[in-house]
Amino acid sequence: MPLGAAAAGEVAPVLVELGLVVLALAVLARLADRVGLSPIPFYLVAGLLAGDGGLVALDLSPELVAIGSEIGVVLLLLALGLEYTSEELGANLRVGLAAGAVDAAANALPGVALGLVLGWDPRAAVLLGGVTYISSSGVISKVLRDLDRLGNRETPSVLSVLVMEDLAMAVYLPVVAVLLAGASLVAGVVSVTAALAAVAVVLFVALRHGPVVSRAVLSRSDEALLLGVLGLTLLVAGVAAQLQVSAAVGAFLVGIALGGRAQERASLLVSPLRDLFAATFFLFFGLQIDPGDLLPVAAVAGVLAVVTAATKVGTGWWAARRAGIARPGRVRAGTALIARGEFSIVIAGLGVGAGIEPQLGPVAAAYVLVLAVAGPVVTRYADRLAAALPRPT
Amino acid sequence: MATAVSEVEETQLPGVGVRYDFVTSEGDRIGVLAHRTGRRELLVYDTADPDACRNVVRLGADDTHTLAELLGTSQVSERLSELQQHIEGLTIDWLPVEANSACAGRTLREAALRTETGVSIVAVVRGEETIAAPSGDFALQRGDTAVAVGTPEGIKELFRLLQQG
Repeated sequence: MPLGAAAAGEVAPVLVELGLVVLALAVLARLADRVGLSPIPFYLVAGLLAGDGGLVALDLSPELVAIGSEIGVVLLLLALGLEYTSEELGANLRVGLAAGAVDAAANALPGVALGLVLGWDPRAAVLLGGVTYISSSGVISKVLRDLDRLGNRETPSVLSVLVMEDLAMAVYLPVVAVLLAGASLVAGVVSVTAALAAVAVVLFVALRHGPVVSRAVLSRSDEALLLGVLGLTLLVAGVAAQLQVSAAVGAFLVGIALGGRAQERASLLVSPLRDLFAATFFLFFGLQIDPGDLLPVAAVAGVLAVVTAATKVGTGWWAARRAGIARPGRVRAGTALIARGEFSIVIAGLGVGAGIEPQLGPVAAAYVLVLAVAGPVVTRYADRLAAALPRPT
Repeated sequence: MATAVSEVEETQLPGVGVRYDFVTSEGDRIGVLAHRTGRRELLVYDTADPDACRNVVRLGADDTHTLAELLGTSQVSERLSELQQHIEGLTIDWLPVEANSACAGRTLREAALRTETGVSIVAVVRGEETIAAPSGDFALQRGDTAVAVGTPEGIKELFRLLQQG
């Protein structure tokens, strides 16, 4: 693109457009904060209203939004990887495996089953399983903080389930990426194996030699550190996407590889960028969906939400009971896990991008809208809920 | 020595930090949540629902310092006084001289306290003044505080003598 005066005529409307969109997002984020909810459902609704068939027709440059939202996914996963140190992941892998397996089975299967019952492409069903499986660590950690529950004795069980889900993403995303690439069975098996082997190698290197990577990007200057981490992340994400391991997993692995001071500071530096681009991503996801398509799937999404809210409560109850937590704590743990959010949208976004099932986007959008709001609200009343439960005889 | 440290339970909270908690001698469970960011939360657990916190106090870095200072100082001085009072079976104590004690107005030699109890009076505190290593001619007065070193039994005996004896 030519720079200077010639481009000014093209740039001005883009800036105005972008400014208006970001201001609208700011208003929504403020509103969400006021009512004590995650801003994700607000962004989604805004996207729905502004997109095709919506109330306002936004004339956004599609490439700009698409690139912004792609970066949003990469930064979401980078921030997720930065959240945990490799020691925490390793320690959790040993103790949390059982709870992780129960969580995956109880919450992914209803999604997969519904997809198959609706006669979807099996790949779309697998994606819906991912949507229903993964709790929103962003929403949940905010709720735990707001409700002063971080010190509670059931909280380690909740966090352990979240960590296992994040680790599971490192396996799930590359498998899905290969499935969506639509290879033949043999070629598919080969590339899944190759993808998983690549992830395993990177994970191993990250766990063993993370300090080397950390030292390479660590700098006294915040600016140098931020640019170093971002550059490395985008590069690895791009290479991963080329190899069909999925850009998201590449970013996640970079986050895991970083440790110590580099991790702490990078996670502080990255989070405002993540908020900006993730907001773009949620908006973009909403834009791609015609709100008119939501109504026909509302009942299905509602049933799915109720069923998988119940299975999450069951998962949390079970995990907390194993840790020797009493009934009120088990209800708190279970209800805390209900919230779905950013990663459900990331997974659904993969399917929407690939265009394999027109209903996947609307179902996932309606589903996340319900649970991102209902989860935090329900867990706020967990103690009353526990008191209302029939006592065991 | 009564300085046994309560057994502190340490729990890693992935992505958050570390939680330390223990049960106090009164039976309450309290704890500290150390965030990775350096923030601290003071946790007081509920007695009815021991998994939940009844009270959570969020502390900034300065607050943590202040609280640690407050708790730490008293602990240090307690430890110090305990140390002083229990050196190898010897006890140091501060004993008041009462009005109706037979020792009031008598010199240390006359009172023969060391012969009687085996306890040495190493100093006497009189008002603002401290008389270190008083000689045999030193006369005790009502309202003095005698700093005495000896066996716990001897100290008890001396205490009785300075009360009335």
